[in-house]
Amino acid sequence: MDIINIYVEDFSGNRQHLEIPTEINLNLMEVLKASEYPVQGTCGGMALCATCHVEVLSGSEQLNPPQDQELDMLDTLPELTDNSRLACQIPIQENIDGIIVKVLTE
Amino acid sequence: MIQTDICIIGAGPVGLFAVFEAGLLKMRCHLIDALPKIGGQLTEIYPRKPIYDIPGYPTILAEDLIKNLMEQIEPFKPSFTLGERVEKFVKNEDGSFNLTTSAGTEVSCKVVVIAGGLGCFEPRKPEIPQLEQYEGKGVTYMVINPETYRNKRVVLAGGGDSALDWTVFLADVAAELTLVHRSESFRGAPDSVEKVMELAKEKKIRLMLKSNINAIEGNGKLTGVSITDQHKSVQTIPTDYFIPLFGLSPKLGPLENWGLNLDKSAITVDTFDYSTSVPGVYAIGDINSYPGKLKLILCGFHEAALMAQSAYKVVYPNQKYSLKYTTVNGIQSF
Repeated sequence: MDIINIYVEDFSGNRQHLEIPTEINLNLMEVLKASEYPVQGTCGGMALCATCHVEVLSGSEQLNPPQDQELDMLDTLPELTDNSRLACQIPIQENIDGIIVKVLTE
Repeated sequence: MIQTDICIIGAGPVGLFAVFEAGLLKMRCHLIDALPKIGGQLTEIYPRKPIYDIPGYPTILAEDLIKNLMEQIEPFKPSFTLGERVEKFVKNEDGSFNLTTSAGTEVSCKVVVIAGGLGCFEPRKPEIPQLEQYEGKGVTYMVINPETYRNKRVVLAGGGDSALDWTVFLADVAAELTLVHRSESFRGAPDSVEKVMELAKEKKIRLMLKSNINAIEGNGKLTGVSITDQHKSVQTIPTDYFIPLFGLSPKLGPLENWGLNLDKSAITVDTFDYSTSVPGVYAIGDINSYPGKLKLILCGFHEAALMAQSAYKVVYPNQKYSLKYTTVNGIQSF
């Protein structure tokens, strides 16, 4: 079984290490939600609500680039950063091993 | 004051279908929604997305499901209060309820059904100091009545479809219109983008790209906004209104303080009839929580049916009810 490591920082800056098996077929929004971060995932992963807004602090170049729907949604956020992503559009796969993300929702 | 049997909070698919189930049992409904239009998430977030798990519809667009539900409940003549949020909740000694909305609308009812989805959709607010102090005094997050802005100076901020649409609409209404957008391009509907660019070229609007609003000015009422451009130079634009349009995000809102048992941001219910910890108050759809809960529209429909059976006993305490199929009796409209 393949395990990847990601590091998650919450709103107040506490960082946690998560080990996730890639075979569970989840996206990062679902993992953050299951790990009790304040991520609602209202639209269920369609990149339509931006309640899973994260900033990729390290490793953003490893990720698949955002598609139109995600970019459209990011455009509506007042607190957008240069490395903003919607966690629901980041599948848990080998390519994201080692990334550091900050949860921007409260 | 509006008098009704059941007041439904939330006009999404589950709230709408509850009108049908209540109507079959001769209970009248009034619906209140914080959004200015019916349909909840389906209208606000994904009107053009197909849904595949509504029984009997291999696929249906979210907005069509809402349209069909409206047609289905039409015989039961529901009434609506839209664009207002229920702020005050009072349970009277006789068991009835009085609800008051943000705009002061009062509803008196025997049963309250909370079908609030993920809560109220509240506007996303940019981080600008003192912004909240000026809400209602020149700062607003939704265009409810465009006439408010006739011959006034207006600054809009945002780059999504609603910012574009309102720019096009208000260009003819406002005395002076400025659109401020953080990025250098728009990703909205190509039509609207083109229209906005044209308006800017014709100098009918002031378009400020790669710019951000980071301060507001006023003396009890808004007088201007400070805009920083890509070169970090700051200019203040005098304005009567500032409307940030950055979409909506769901919040549980005032019902957090109504004395209902909650689990995280959901209302815990008894799966016998989806009643809450307060007698006469029910919670159905995405807003409730119980062991095995699935946040699906079809589960919400089922919850609405069971809720109505139980609410009947509250509305008509002295009458017995026996289930009649619509195929046998048809629909007895009001």
